[in-house]
Amino acid sequence: MEFFHKQTRIAFMSTRKVWYALSAVLMIGSLGALATLGLNLAIDFTGGVSVEAALPSAANVDAIRTELERAGFREPQVGIFGSSREVAIRLPPDDSRSVADIRARVEQALLAVEPGAEVRKLDVVGPQVGDELRTSAVWALTFALILIFIYIALRFHTWRLSAGAIVAVMHDPILVLGIFSVTQTPFDLAVVAAILAVVGYSLNDTVVIFDRIRERFEHNRRLPPMVVLDQAINQTLSRTIMTKVVTLIVVVALLFLGGPVLRGFSEALMIGILAGTYSSIYISSAIALDAGLTAEHVFPTVKKTAADDMP
Amino acid sequence: MLEYARWKYVLVAFVLVVAFCFALPNFFGEDPALQVVRKDRAPMDTAAAARIAGFLDERGVHYDSTFVDAGRLMVRFADVATQLQARDAVNENLKDEYITALSFASRAPAWITKLGLRPMPLGLDLRGGLHLLYQVDVNGAVGQLLESYEQDFRRTLGEKKLPYLDIVTVTEGADMPNGVRVLLAPDADATAVRDALRALQPDLGVQTVNLASGPAVQAVLTPAQIRQRQDYAIQQNLTTLRNRVNELGVSEPIVQRQGFDRIIVQLPGVQNSADVKDILGKVATLEFRLVDTQGSIAEAVQRGRAPLGSKLYKDKNGQPVLLKRELIVTGDQLTDALTAATQDGPGVSVKLDARGGAQMLKTTQANLGKPMAVVFIEKSRETVEVDGRKIEREVTDQRVISVATIRGVFSNQFQITGLTQSEARELALLLRAGSLAAPIFLAEERAIGPSLGAQNIEQGVKALIVGMLGVFVFMALYYQVFGLVADLVLLANVVLLAALLSMMKAALSLPGIAGIILTVGMAVDANVLIYERIREELRIGVSPQMAIRAGFEKAFSAIADSNVTTLIAGVVLWVFGTGAIRGFAVVLSLGIATSMFTALMGSRALLTLMYGGRAKLTKLAIG
Repeated sequence: MEFFHKQTRIAFMSTRKVWYALSAVLMIGSLGALATLGLNLAIDFTGGVSVEAALPSAANVDAIRTELERAGFREPQVGIFGSSREVAIRLPPDDSRSVADIRARVEQALLAVEPGAEVRKLDVVGPQVGDELRTSAVWALTFALILIFIYIALRFHTWRLSAGAIVAVMHDPILVLGIFSVTQTPFDLAVVAAILAVVGYSLNDTVVIFDRIRERFEHNRRLPPMVVLDQAINQTLSRTIMTKVVTLIVVVALLFLGGPVLRGFSEALMIGILAGTYSSIYISSAIALDAGLTAEHVFPTVKKTAADDMP
Repeated sequence: MLEYARWKYVLVAFVLVVAFCFALPNFFGEDPALQVVRKDRAPMDTAAAARIAGFLDERGVHYDSTFVDAGRLMVRFADVATQLQARDAVNENLKDEYITALSFASRAPAWITKLGLRPMPLGLDLRGGLHLLYQVDVNGAVGQLLESYEQDFRRTLGEKKLPYLDIVTVTEGADMPNGVRVLLAPDADATAVRDALRALQPDLGVQTVNLASGPAVQAVLTPAQIRQRQDYAIQQNLTTLRNRVNELGVSEPIVQRQGFDRIIVQLPGVQNSADVKDILGKVATLEFRLVDTQGSIAEAVQRGRAPLGSKLYKDKNGQPVLLKRELIVTGDQLTDALTAATQDGPGVSVKLDARGGAQMLKTTQANLGKPMAVVFIEKSRETVEVDGRKIEREVTDQRVISVATIRGVFSNQFQITGLTQSEARELALLLRAGSLAAPIFLAEERAIGPSLGAQNIEQGVKALIVGMLGVFVFMALYYQVFGLVADLVLLANVVLLAALLSMMKAALSLPGIAGIILTVGMAVDANVLIYERIREELRIGVSPQMAIRAGFEKAFSAIADSNVTTLIAGVVLWVFGTGAIRGFAVVLSLGIATSMFTALMGSRALLTLMYGGRAKLTKLAIG
């Protein structure tokens, strides 16, 4: 079996303006959504309480909410998830109480309304811990990007390729964040992990294509750069698609079978992998091309002597 | 001809055999089990095991088997529901003698366990349990140090007859950093005071200052000293928490420092957090003091002030007691404490260190027939409302738990009596575990029920199996024989990964399982890069064997490169992540190493073995 029996000859580069426009729209939309809607941060980052309980009979959501309010909690969110006999409670952080006190009160309130409730999961995160996790997540992303920039700068000898790789690497996590913002999917620590993995994977594709660009230039340095870039993408296309299909198989398995804990994680990976495939094919090389990449930049022909530099 | 060095074959075979052994215990899975230990810390023997087994039989709770491991009895069950049923039955009826904990027992045959091979431990999200994150009040620890300096200064200046107005401790936030300040009268000899303090504490920065209120001498801690003190407090608390956790009888607990001033406590199988938190977070110590028999209690209560050299306390029933100010012994001089049945009812049998023993000997010799008191000091945090705002503050509760007449001379071993059974047990536990050097409070608590844990495992494993099968089938269809080779290599990769995780005893969490699944997906990439290269070479007319060699050689740089990028992500996650996220990072990074090894060396060895020796190879079954 083969996706492409013959070597494909798709002219990727000639349509690049279209993809620039699409990506620009996606980026502006994502950043706009992040700025206006923000992310639906899970208690990992905000602090607060999250409870999941299984009940013997259908949950009386309103009664639980009232009881929580009576126990002194502001804005309790009580909802049903899974079946009507599974209830999820979410409370905002409360500076004035100790973690131990909060837990005791929530449990009490729940058991007062639903005596047979089995608390399956109860997380109480102090506001300070939430703040710190938020900071460390931002640091992790920043730091990963810095390291990757350094890697790219060292790896490709010309800034033209580096620029392409950096834009592609920024493109994918922003899109993931944008979609999480628009859909208000809960954003927890695992999603941060997924985004970092996406950054790694997306760069991986770009690197493989750039590797091939270098090889093509080495092979025939007289060809116009646009042709070389198209060749490189076409020659690696079946690998790109094959790898993505296989990775998507496992991510889909995770998404549908991994349960609610891994849902956000799997969704982020799924979006990121699709975006990464697109950006490494259409964006990273195109930017290098528009930055004026030629064989000369990849393999400088004449070694300059000191005399050449003289005016 | 296609060749591959013999030592490389040997290396691949050796690594795989070792990996298979280490990964083996994981394939058997685990049964839910109940761990039972004796409350008095004596090891479980066959008689005790038979007793528990008999009790469960009597109750009609079906268990699979029982065995004693390192003094702990493990009872296996077919499912979590029965396990919980058994726990409740034992807890309700045999509570005074035994402590139970939910646990897991490997289904691996005994000979595997005897070889020291263990499955990788499961994280809390997979087995259920309690995760507590404690914040250590490091400034409180510095405050305690300053208070002890303050006491020293008072004593020294008193002895040297150097007058002062007052001595105060100043902590961060005031107009000077952490230190102690001696306030002097305008005409006092500041230089003499300064020299006295310098002689006492040469490490402190002692200087004379002029405050609005008059001259003062201040001794300031250096940043290094503050840091050292905070570190000490955290280390000390870590030890104490570890001891207390051990006293709880939980199986495979984790107590770890996280960041600078946090301590993580993970208690697998623990559900009811109230009792546990009560014991873990308690800041308690003991003091032994003589009772002031001369002073009048009534007068002291009326005046609200104790006579000179004495201090007013209350006993358990709220009655006032007058005790002497000099300490005989404090809780940190204890070396062991055990509950004991004494003539006067339940008590705690205490052992002191050499210095404490000497002091006790001296005191009891001089005070035979006089009463001695044991003061229990407990610090806790409580939320109070001040001017409509809720604030948390530290409360110190001091009460006399026992007053007894010194009936004989003793030194390092004696008993504290006059307690109830449960008081004696808690006191012994807290004394044994040591006191906390600085108050701690809970910053985060996560509890996962056992059924949710079981569900998480089930879902994770299902996703793993389905995902792997999907990849296997797809690879076989797409690359035919080469696809099957890739499948074998992938399987070897998972085995290798499982072996590494088992060897490292890294706890497997749900994100960790996700990491394994992703590794399977990503490990394919290396094979795909190689196979696509081989196909390309074949297309341009290279002979099959040369194509295989060229495929491996030309794909190498792309494989190495693409793995470096994922490794960067993995390492960053490891540095910044905690808990389950760190688990994911470990799996991701190890997965890169194992997939490089299996794809580059493993599949090359296999393919060379299959095709290398064939002289007339004209076609490759690569799809």
